[in-house]
Amino acid sequence: MSKFKKKAKVKQDIPTSSMPDVVFMLLFFFMVTTQMRDTSIMVQQRIPQATQLRSLQRKTLVKYLYIGEPRKIEEWGKEPKIQANDVFIQPREVIQWVNQEKSTLDESERDQITVALKVDNETKRGIIADVETELRKANARKLLYSTNLKSGEF
Amino acid sequence: MPRPTPDIPNASMADIAFLLLVFFLVTTTVANIKGLSVGLPPPPEAQEIQDIQIPERNLFKIQVNSFDNLLVEGEPWTGTNEELTAEIKRFILNNGVDPTSSDNPRDAIVSYKTDRGTSHRKFIEILDAIQEAYYDIYAERVGVTNEKWREIASDPEKSPEFRDLYDRGRGRLPDGKLEIPMNLSIAEPTQVGS
Repeated sequence: MSKFKKKAKVKQDIPTSSMPDVVFMLLFFFMVTTQMRDTSIMVQQRIPQATQLRSLQRKTLVKYLYIGEPRKIEEWGKEPKIQANDVFIQPREVIQWVNQEKSTLDESERDQITVALKVDNETKRGIIADVETELRKANARKLLYSTNLKSGEF
Repeated sequence: MPRPTPDIPNASMADIAFLLLVFFLVTTTVANIKGLSVGLPPPPEAQEIQDIQIPERNLFKIQVNSFDNLLVEGEPWTGTNEELTAEIKRFILNNGVDPTSSDNPRDAIVSYKTDRGTSHRKFIEILDAIQEAYYDIYAERVGVTNEKWREIASDPEKSPEFRDLYDRGRGRLPDGKLEIPMNLSIAEPTQVGS
């Protein structure tokens, strides 16, 4: 009878005290690898798809401009707008924005700035070309058109 | 000996941690910096007046109108994008064989012109086809896939091997010039359709 005595006992052997540790580790991982979205994007962003994607290594050297029809048409109208950081700007204000962004960078790195244009699919070339012209004048000639990988391709 | 009893229930610590985790998962985005890389030309005033006449043969003209229709070398384009890529490759690598096509890759220029009313989607679609032509050529020259080439081009300094492949693919000469530069000229759009 003494042989069977131990089997009857059910004991929780696995220590659960380390579970919060594991979860905190996951948390720190996400805190480190992601960035807080500090601005909400106020324009339509149906991003086009393409196959010839290149990725950029230096995230700090990339500055974003968001172009598209405003999300709140009642407030902002139907005309496509350019959003820099969290305000709408006119094409002619792009040069100022570029210099602003350049000043946040190290002197030696300023000419390596890349401007990433996140443009809605249905935006017409007109406003985008205006931005390109201003970027040329501002000497920010490295451009990236943000695109997603076309699904179904290699 | 009194058994030490935990005063604080440990179970809720895990809950708090999960809550925080979910909070961060929801409010942050993994930075996704991928797209089509393009170099803009110098500003309009800084350019010397174009006295240099580019021979028609060295120019491959692609135009898109406000209805997203294509005109390639002056003719309406009825083919697929893959066929367009093949045409561009043929143009760049002509090396004087066809008298109506380019002299050599160094002088071959692809001119891409849109209307103000062209949709961004179409612009990207055709830009994709054009860049595919160049990246395919570079990749074939050094025996890698198109995908591998783009990986190399995204970070040529990653290793000496990458640097070497990158230089050889584009045909970098001792004076720094390239045998096959990506001569893509994105022209100012015509005024139609703004």
